[in-house]
Amino acid sequence: MEQTSFIRRFSRHKLGTLSFFILCIISFAAIFAPVLAPFDPNEIVGGFGKAPTSEFLLGTDQVGRDVLSRLLYGTRISLMVGFLATIISSAVGIFLGLLAGYFGGPLDMVIMRFTDMVMSFPYILLVLVAAAIFQPGLWTMILILGFVDWPQMARLVRGNVLSIREKNYVKASKVAGMSHAYILFSEILPNTVAPILIYGTSVVAISMLDEAALSFLGMGIKPPQASLGNMLNGAQSLSILTSKPWLWLPPGLMILLLVMSVNFIGDALRDAFDPNQS
Amino acid sequence: MLKYIGKRLVIALIVLIGITIIDFTIMTLAGSPLEMIQSARVSKEALEVKEAALGLDDPVALQYLRWLAEIGKGNLGISIKSQQPVAKMLGSYLGPTLLLMGTSLLFSLIIAVPAGIYSAIHQNTKRDYVVVSTSFLGSSIPAFFLGLILIYLFSIKTGWLPSSGMRTLGMEKSTVDLVKHLIMPVLVLGTSIAGSTIRYIRSAMLEILKQDYIRTAKAKGIGRFLVIYKHGFRNALLSVVTVVGMQIPLLFGGAIIVEQIFSWPGLGLMTMSAILNRDYPVIMGVCLLTAVVVLLSNIITDLVYALVDPTIQLDKATVENL
Repeated sequence: MEQTSFIRRFSRHKLGTLSFFILCIISFAAIFAPVLAPFDPNEIVGGFGKAPTSEFLLGTDQVGRDVLSRLLYGTRISLMVGFLATIISSAVGIFLGLLAGYFGGPLDMVIMRFTDMVMSFPYILLVLVAAAIFQPGLWTMILILGFVDWPQMARLVRGNVLSIREKNYVKASKVAGMSHAYILFSEILPNTVAPILIYGTSVVAISMLDEAALSFLGMGIKPPQASLGNMLNGAQSLSILTSKPWLWLPPGLMILLLVMSVNFIGDALRDAFDPNQS
Repeated sequence: MLKYIGKRLVIALIVLIGITIIDFTIMTLAGSPLEMIQSARVSKEALEVKEAALGLDDPVALQYLRWLAEIGKGNLGISIKSQQPVAKMLGSYLGPTLLLMGTSLLFSLIIAVPAGIYSAIHQNTKRDYVVVSTSFLGSSIPAFFLGLILIYLFSIKTGWLPSSGMRTLGMEKSTVDLVKHLIMPVLVLGTSIAGSTIRYIRSAMLEILKQDYIRTAKAKGIGRFLVIYKHGFRNALLSVVTVVGMQIPLLFGGAIIVEQIFSWPGLGLMTMSAILNRDYPVIMGVCLLTAVVVLLSNIITDLVYALVDPTIQLDKATVENL
């Protein structure tokens, strides 16, 4: 009963529903990239910078690699970075937020000050410094983004815990002598899932944008490995920007489509979780 | 009030020292800046002498304390790469960045505040959906992609606007020239910030429209316009203050990317090259500066909050924030 009305409320958000299907299709294409891609993404298969033809649907890049295949593999990287970085940062944020909110006192003070520290430097600066230090690559990228994105999540969870902590069912469990772990993970956490999921979608969006920006600047995923960001990197040269739009428009539009879908899904989730709103 | 400010400043100082410790540790993990100037012409002995002169062979903790002591004396150190004092470098690059950030913030507010209020007044109508969907478009488009599209349209196709720099070389300093160079970077930076601001203002305004005093004002029959602009908007100003405070770290981060795309000669461009050269004193200087700005803007936001809304009790707020 609860489930069906949730889906109904979600589907009332038309753009959100559309985004959900778009994201499913893109994810499918990305997951099955090895099967679907017409060529090896790193193999030189055609002429240099050839316009789209029936053989190369999106043309070839400056060194003769198939753009469509690279686009599929790049999307795979973006999705991976987006979701894995979010899982890491949510885990860190939820854990610290639960501890700070539930136990309060000096532990709360220390955790929240540490959160302030991470939040107080412009986050892209931190990412850039970290990217310059550790050898850039897929996994370092995911870890770096995962470990800088958590402070907002920690604050959000802490705020929720503070209000749930005062609820009668939590007090009852305390009186009944339930363990802290039981109260935290079986009573408090399930009741704060909605805001975590909603905020989580925006972390996915931010992580994908950051990965693209870093790779564009040459500090993220390094060629020859394809990423949507580094595919756009070549467009900084004037000749590509003016005369070879098939090299930079598809990856740019793909990032836009991915990030926008994720954001709309987040908006639809917000509507679906909050029945009182409309 | 003064006691509150003092308390906040002390906490901010502790946070600040924490930040610099983290920064310093991360940076020294990166390796020696001297590796970057290594070449066949520089002998190993010369590098060792240089290393000793810069104190890079000392333990990290000692290096950090030395840096901190110099900061205490107001000395930010000297760039390893350009040999210029860091303070002077920061000073000369700060102006363009502040100009870019300030104009972008203003631009995004001019768009976002009316749009957010408009959207809230027409909640759940087609017009509301259009505004909210557009705001998502704004916050979803990658800055560098928007930048490339703008350069393509306005520099290459039409030739209306210059694609990089802050002034045309060899031309006399003129405001028109500066504004022309400023338009595209501000559009890019402003757009990314306007998106989230619209939604923030919208939900703040929706909260306000539900309040009792709005119902009272409506009941008095003073008319829709007065209800919204006199009673609604004035109270929504508070959320504008919050949003400005929230966006300052984002502005700094966004400026780094935007400056890179448009070769805007600001802190972002300087920071990028410092990072690539492992120029520690410069990176530490930038981190310190931005952290100070962000922490101060947090405190100022809270203070302005209290001034705009006298019902907020600062001391209570601190306890909750701790």
